[in-house]
Amino acid sequence: MLKANHITVRYGDHTVVNDLSFELKEGQWLMLAGPNGAGKSTLIEAISQGVSYSGTFELNGKDIRSLKAFQLAKQIGVLSQKNSVGYAYTVEEVVGLGRYAYTSNFLSTRDDGGKDQVEKALEVTGLKDLRHTSVLTLSGGELQRTFLAQVFAQNPRLLILDEPANHLDLVYQKHIFSLIREWLKEPGRAVLSVVHDLSLAKRYGTHAVLLNQGSCAAKGEIDQVLTQKNLCRVYDMDVYAWMHEMLEQWK
Amino acid sequence: MQLPDLWGFDMKRIADHFSWRTYVLFTLALIAAMLLCICVGSVSIPLRDTLTAMWNTLWNMEVPAGISKNIILNVRLPRVINVALVGAALSLCGAAMQGLLRNPLADGSTLGVSSGASLGAVIALAFGVIIPGSTYGGTMLMAMFFAFLSLALILSLAYVLDRSLSTNSIILIGVIFSMFASSVINLIVTFAEDHIKSITFWTMGSLSGTNFSHSRILALAMLLCGGVILRYARELNAFSIGEDNARHIGVNVKRVKMMILITVSVLIGVCVSISGTISFVGLVMPHMARMITGPNHKRLLPASMFSGAIFLLLADLAARTLLRPIELSIGVVTSLVGAVAFITIFYRTRKAR
Repeated sequence: MLKANHITVRYGDHTVVNDLSFELKEGQWLMLAGPNGAGKSTLIEAISQGVSYSGTFELNGKDIRSLKAFQLAKQIGVLSQKNSVGYAYTVEEVVGLGRYAYTSNFLSTRDDGGKDQVEKALEVTGLKDLRHTSVLTLSGGELQRTFLAQVFAQNPRLLILDEPANHLDLVYQKHIFSLIREWLKEPGRAVLSVVHDLSLAKRYGTHAVLLNQGSCAAKGEIDQVLTQKNLCRVYDMDVYAWMHEMLEQWK
Repeated sequence: MQLPDLWGFDMKRIADHFSWRTYVLFTLALIAAMLLCICVGSVSIPLRDTLTAMWNTLWNMEVPAGISKNIILNVRLPRVINVALVGAALSLCGAAMQGLLRNPLADGSTLGVSSGASLGAVIALAFGVIIPGSTYGGTMLMAMFFAFLSLALILSLAYVLDRSLSTNSIILIGVIFSMFASSVINLIVTFAEDHIKSITFWTMGSLSGTNFSHSRILALAMLLCGGVILRYARELNAFSIGEDNARHIGVNVKRVKMMILITVSVLIGVCVSISGTISFVGLVMPHMARMITGPNHKRLLPASMFSGAIFLLLADLAARTLLRPIELSIGVVTSLVGAVAFITIFYRTRKAR
């Protein structure tokens, strides 16, 4: 579905992502893992054409650069990490904007089935009761769910999520992650996400790319990538032991 | 929370209806303001006479003697139309910029676009940039060009200083650029005073002495540029939620941004070349409109146009009548009222958060 070929991103002299290649197939949930500053968010920005990069991303065999903005948005939905709204839009207005790519025709703004998609997105993210609420008054978790609902309304084939669990309490983390797993079950879909919580990554991911200072440290099936040895090497600390220690407290 | 069902309508539908009912009210208020501005002035004209003169002329009938037809139709009517169009245009531009840059302080005057346009017009007049066959062509073209140039300059300077294009750096550079442009205008006007309108015109604005040929140009600019801006209402919504978000949902960010910036520059350029710089309309009126319609640009843009037109009409009326027989610059009134209004609004919205 998505193939990254020799992706390199530079900010001035600083190489943030270095010659990274990976492939994401239908039905897979690829977890991008790695310490802060490893280049995970930058890679996501590159896929969504937000930073310039060398190399190519192929989406079903086509170079992403050759797609128009609205064509890309129909294929790829991105939930970014920094979401804030400056003006008092309602939740429904923000979610409804997810349908933009389907209504960007200059003459007609008809969007058959768009209303249903928005309704469904509001429903599954538990925002129905908040639909007329101003986004300025939402909590961090509610805002995160609002933007997640926007991505669902966009109805893409590939979901790209930068820290989807951000601001969410444990209950919603579980809810949202199960939801995405359900979403993934339909054929022709895939998910790429950045997740800091390695337990969540291991639980829900099928594959993983472990990044370290912009380069690929390991890639493949999740159990082969998120191993004690790999994590120790990349995080420069015994992550495995630390996670066990954390859990011990509850016994 | 389920909204209550009232008289067979649910609240959402009433909210939708409310928007067009608001426009009917806005239209009525605009017509009332225009009539008021025609009737009141150095010579007071009864409303009846005004209506008779306009009605009879419209149907090619004789206007009864005793009605000051000339004042109504050739002095006040064109001026009132021009004031309304300039007010609507400036306010629309302000609303578009505030949405595009996601910045409640954006406006032609705070971003330096208006003074840039003035500078262009002054240069055209001082150095005789003329397009053969058109009286205003050269001035207007230079005003538009300089408006766009200053916008591009300010935004790229701000971008170099601070990649996120934050509120503060844009406004800071815009204000500094405004001062710079104003001083260059003063300099040029001082040396070439004999064939350029006074400095006050370029820094404070005035619409006295404008005629129907100005109205035609303003109306055309409003139709074209206003149409483009209104067409981009959805994109402006996306931008005011965030530029990254706009890109993610499929907005062609670069093209839309460029189109809106160019359109706004053209519209401000046309306005400034006819009326001089009138500040605070584009800054304050969209805020007022937002209180009524909310931030959705589909409703906000038209509401800003109406409120901008009405506000500038009343400001022009005040400028003409407050210190009769002295006529104030319209910008003096808008700045006095606008500054106070802006601080009040700003204070209230900050406190509300």
